[in-house]
Amino acid sequence: MAQYTENELAKDLENQDYKFGFVTDVETETIRKGLDEGIIRLISAKKDEPEWLLEYRLTAFEAWQKMTEPEWAHVRYKKPDFQNITYFAAPKQSKKYESWDDVDPEMKETMAKLGISLEEQKKLTGVAVDFVMDSVSVATSFKSKLKELGIIFCSFSEAVQDYPELVREHMGSIVPHTDNFYAALNAAVFTDGSFCYIPKGVRCPMELSTYFRINAEGTGQFERTLVIADEGSYVSYLEGCTAPQRDENQLHAAVVELKALKDAEIKYSTVQNWYPGDKNGVGGIFNFVTKRGLCETNAKISWTQVETGSAVTWKYPSCILKGDHSVGEFYSVAVTNNYQQADTGTKMIHLGKNTKSTIISKGISAGNSQNSYRGLVQIHKNAHKARNFSQCDSLLMTDHCGAHTFPYIECKNPSAQIEHEATTSKIGEDQLFYCKQRGISEEKAISLIVNGYCKEVLNQLPMEFAVEAQKLLAISLEGSVG
Amino acid sequence: MIEIKNLHANIEGKEILKGLTLNVNAGEVHAIMGPNGAGKSTLANILAGREEYEITAGDITFDGVDLLALSTEERAREGLFLAFQYPVEIPGVSNVNFLRTALNEIREAKGEDPITAKEFMALVREKSKIVELDSKLASRSVNEGFSGGEKKRNEIFQMAMLNPKLAVLDETDSGLDIDALRIVAKGVNSLKSPENASIVITHYQRLLDHIVPDFVHVLYDGKIVKTGGKELALELEEKGYDWIKEEMQVS
Repeated sequence: MAQYTENELAKDLENQDYKFGFVTDVETETIRKGLDEGIIRLISAKKDEPEWLLEYRLTAFEAWQKMTEPEWAHVRYKKPDFQNITYFAAPKQSKKYESWDDVDPEMKETMAKLGISLEEQKKLTGVAVDFVMDSVSVATSFKSKLKELGIIFCSFSEAVQDYPELVREHMGSIVPHTDNFYAALNAAVFTDGSFCYIPKGVRCPMELSTYFRINAEGTGQFERTLVIADEGSYVSYLEGCTAPQRDENQLHAAVVELKALKDAEIKYSTVQNWYPGDKNGVGGIFNFVTKRGLCETNAKISWTQVETGSAVTWKYPSCILKGDHSVGEFYSVAVTNNYQQADTGTKMIHLGKNTKSTIISKGISAGNSQNSYRGLVQIHKNAHKARNFSQCDSLLMTDHCGAHTFPYIECKNPSAQIEHEATTSKIGEDQLFYCKQRGISEEKAISLIVNGYCKEVLNQLPMEFAVEAQKLLAISLEGSVG
Repeated sequence: MIEIKNLHANIEGKEILKGLTLNVNAGEVHAIMGPNGAGKSTLANILAGREEYEITAGDITFDGVDLLALSTEERAREGLFLAFQYPVEIPGVSNVNFLRTALNEIREAKGEDPITAKEFMALVREKSKIVELDSKLASRSVNEGFSGGEKKRNEIFQMAMLNPKLAVLDETDSGLDIDALRIVAKGVNSLKSPENASIVITHYQRLLDHIVPDFVHVLYDGKIVKTGGKELALELEEKGYDWIKEEMQVS
């Protein structure tokens, strides 16, 4: 973080509005609106999928139709009209890109605006990127280099074609299609996403990154991510998201499944910056996401998220600590401003012996927003000497926002050790005055104080992401003290 | 340096300052003493630009500029520094990051380039010696988990780093043991120069054993009621404030 100067932050702050609100002018291929069996067959056919996958979709669709939208979260919104959504939109492309040079210039420009110029990334940071716009994966970089190590990193569609056995074996094994309303919907209509497999004993030499972008109007984005870390392997995975500024609410219902086999480690970081809606709460993305990881013996999964976008967020990245000595971690910063609502947290399911989990959640509420932490720590009866530490802090920026904490603890083994700490504080006039007396402007003071408050979480992010996250926090909270 | 003329100020409708007048020239150290509730901290807060106070009359000129027209941060950038009576904790923000941000904001306001990392670290090393501040404290979060004495030393360290024209020390001696007091005083004294000035607000005389003032003022009931040299402080120490009160009532 040291290389990022305060001056750069100041410059970024000048552009305070949602800066990813542009629309890319590319020809898009869409199908008719609505959801029925025909649509699902159409999506499957467009993607030239094997029969088993179509069956999977149809089973999920059947299950979904019998389910009702969950209402237990501390959020209020007008439920989406599922018949008024386009479930497939793809930037038109004549053929698969063989190299970077083949990529549509408009698309390249979009990526550059998003700060993910693949070329630059190639040269500077060595991050492999998969770019998913609307429903399809547009470009994946570094594929061949990774291939030498046996690492598979590609779009989900490609994985279905090229590695059907792997996909079939693991897909839905951690988040089954019956898991919840939105997971079922995703299983029925998902269009693309990312797939990653790290072979036994391989330490992935670079960060793998997927960038999700909703571009087309009236569409939903339903992607699936599947990351499998085979025995003794390690991977750090990054996910970023943005969308254009629109008056309508667009739906994003993703599923992410992680599997860390014996002795493997997966670090999954998200900077979520979907369009949050305007100052009056009009528009914005509904972000209803199911993320879950499974740890085998001695494996570790670490979720880090910085959530600043979306009108409504409903998301609980979780860990099933199945294997003995496995470790789950959840580090979260969730910022809500204006009329944003977030209900986010985690579930740590301790099944194995000596399993350990850590939860650090930092909520920041501003404007008229509502920010809730909801977490479950579950210790099953065989989870001898399981340990959990949870810390949930809330920071209030104004008098009209809300911060809520809903911790659930279920313990069926007396040898478990569970700690829970929670604090709520209001950003101090005294802190601000102290900073200003030293010559620091109010904006910069807020940014300093908030970044300090989130430090434990931001420190978990890879360097480039941490810088991005710091900027985002400052932008999201601009002028928010009151 | 600073000219305060007939200053009247309220907080929540209650008048605290009732016509305070004070002139401080470059190179001078002024001590302001007075009983509790006389308005000492109010003066410090008003100089720094705290918003809760309402100025009902009077004006303040700082180095030729109308101080009251400036925001808190502008005053700081003009070279006004307040050593807080109760320094604030900022968890997760390192002292050095905080100071580098402050220093660069001040430099930017003057149209100067940001300080380089190398220059900055050299400055930190140089100035932390003055207040015998452990170098570990410089990298810890601002005032978090600091003892009372460490917080006050940190204030003087920040003052040394920012090198202000006018330093206002608000009861910097409160809660200090004798060693800490000596270190704080040494810090203040070593920063004294013909170009800058300080206003030392204190309740007790003992700080003035270490920081020798050019003038001692007694603030009572919102006004400066008596001005003298160093010996006035000793007289106050001996007799307390009651004789001032009596003198006031007689006149």
